[in-house]
Amino acid sequence: MVINNSAGTNITGSSITNTRTTDNSSIGIVTAQTAYFNEQLQLKSGEILPQFHLAYETYGTLNADKSNAILICHALSGNHHVAGRYAETDKNAGWWDNLIGPNNGTGPNKPLDTNKFFVIGLNNLGGCHGSSGPSSIDAKSNKPFGADFPIVTVEDWVNSQARLLDYLGIETLAAIIGGSLGGMQALQWTIAYPERVKHALVIASAPNLTAQNIAFNEVARQAIMTDPEFYAGDYYSHNTVPKRGLRIARMLGHITYLSDDAMGEKFGRKLKDTLKYGFDVEFEMESYLRYQGDKFAGEFDANTYLRMTRALDYYDPALEYDGDLSAALKNVKAQFLVVSFTSDWRFSPARSREIVKALLDNELTVSYAEVTAAHGHDAFLMRDTHYHAILRAYLQNIEV
Amino acid sequence: MANIIQNNVNSTNFNLKYRQDFAIIAGWIGFGSKVLDLGCGDGTLLQFLRSSLETKGYGVEKDDANWLACIQNGTNVIQMDLEAGLSGFEDQSFDTVILSQTLQAMHNTEEIVQEMLRVGHEVIVTFPNFGYWRNRMQITNGSMPVSKTLPYQWYDTPNVHLCTINDFDQFCKNHKITVIERKVITEGQEVNFMPNLLGNLAMYRLKKN
Repeated sequence: MVINNSAGTNITGSSITNTRTTDNSSIGIVTAQTAYFNEQLQLKSGEILPQFHLAYETYGTLNADKSNAILICHALSGNHHVAGRYAETDKNAGWWDNLIGPNNGTGPNKPLDTNKFFVIGLNNLGGCHGSSGPSSIDAKSNKPFGADFPIVTVEDWVNSQARLLDYLGIETLAAIIGGSLGGMQALQWTIAYPERVKHALVIASAPNLTAQNIAFNEVARQAIMTDPEFYAGDYYSHNTVPKRGLRIARMLGHITYLSDDAMGEKFGRKLKDTLKYGFDVEFEMESYLRYQGDKFAGEFDANTYLRMTRALDYYDPALEYDGDLSAALKNVKAQFLVVSFTSDWRFSPARSREIVKALLDNELTVSYAEVTAAHGHDAFLMRDTHYHAILRAYLQNIEV
Repeated sequence: MANIIQNNVNSTNFNLKYRQDFAIIAGWIGFGSKVLDLGCGDGTLLQFLRSSLETKGYGVEKDDANWLACIQNGTNVIQMDLEAGLSGFEDQSFDTVILSQTLQAMHNTEEIVQEMLRVGHEVIVTFPNFGYWRNRMQITNGSMPVSKTLPYQWYDTPNVHLCTINDFDQFCKNHKITVIERKVITEGQEVNFMPNLLGNLAMYRLKKN
């Protein structure tokens, strides 16, 4: 079913060299890998991907009975580079580097100990960081898929992630961890593969999107699709990118990921200089948004952004149970840690409590933390002492 | 519901100072019961019930440090404020719902008791008896009571609804709540004579009328 069906023992720790950065709690230098699947994947939309590949990274070592694997699912703009650096000179580490590293008994230990767990990060299907997606080359036409790349859903991602586990020789996950859209994947794992996941850490997530959230996504998509350089998704062949749209989409996103308080604390009404009575950047807030927008527009694929937001919109496991989430979770077996953040208004604590209620209704093992945090939705990516203590304590109790 | 096993508690296999109130609570809970402990603190009572009666269930705790302690000792714990009610829990979904020495600190006293009766087949409520003679003495001497069970000064106490055993008996009557059993203890000893005067901790086993 896979081109390179390497045994788990051959891949253990293979993406990590022994090089360490000066930070003793860092995983150090990591290498991305690609798994090629020469088998079709049935998608929820009815379409079929004839073949696909997934970019992934691993940290730590798979143990002999392959019981210590943890899969990290990324959110809207994330990818497989979860922790560590590709080179000593890299300015930034992976997007959740503050979570993952070896506990060497010295210094501040990270919550997810790579001496205990074998951690896998991947880039989801439809992504733009090495997995099959709109910007990857269609073998039939020898051109980028562009708008022809099918719409992928959370369910499709989870099915493709299961293929990756097969490829790595891992039957059961010690845990699946995800925040936001990643949390939806974690939840979906427990529904689709109840026998293959022991623990699910669902962080700053929701069992579906609210109308307000879908509205934000639609504005972001409209910004991209009405950009004259979008060319109905075929901008690759015009050697251009709908940067303006992508930039606005990202600026909008950033506003919703932060809380009013966090923005006020960080930027307030601070000016870069004096008032100029014009429309250039005058407030620090504007400067930050433009910087984030430009940075993102320069490195992210617009077609991927459209698909990631659509996957968010579509996810709703209760839909086929007349909106009854408890019924949707009736076959779930995993143990859960659900975490929300008080100032997160995009994935509010009330949404996490819906998940908790459905788990309680099914008499599943669940703990729920409502972390007092000022940083809004972004809080799940930040290093907060109590939040990390929660994850550390939960992960320490997982037996492998 | 599981059969009630009286006094089938072997506290010696549990690394915890023997607590008479825990033993009484355990005596009111069936082996393997599904238990909800409201205001569960660091999860000590649930740990005790798990080890002695193989109960399952959850704690509810608001405080971050206590919540974390629960996770560390393997207690399932839901972080929420009891004042908001128990809307996350279905009707009659637990064998027993416990509110141990927390009633007096609740603002919505009537609501939480009604919510417990809604969620649990049976309810256990314990509280410090304000009618205990030492408390009465302190008031007679002109001061608000401060003691081991009421360790706060009047200005920093979380206790907003202190009551006596007589008061709570009347509360149950007025709210048509059946008292299945009541025990009163002082310093770990059961008190049967003039409990409202001589009892320090009141323990009630309740159900809907």
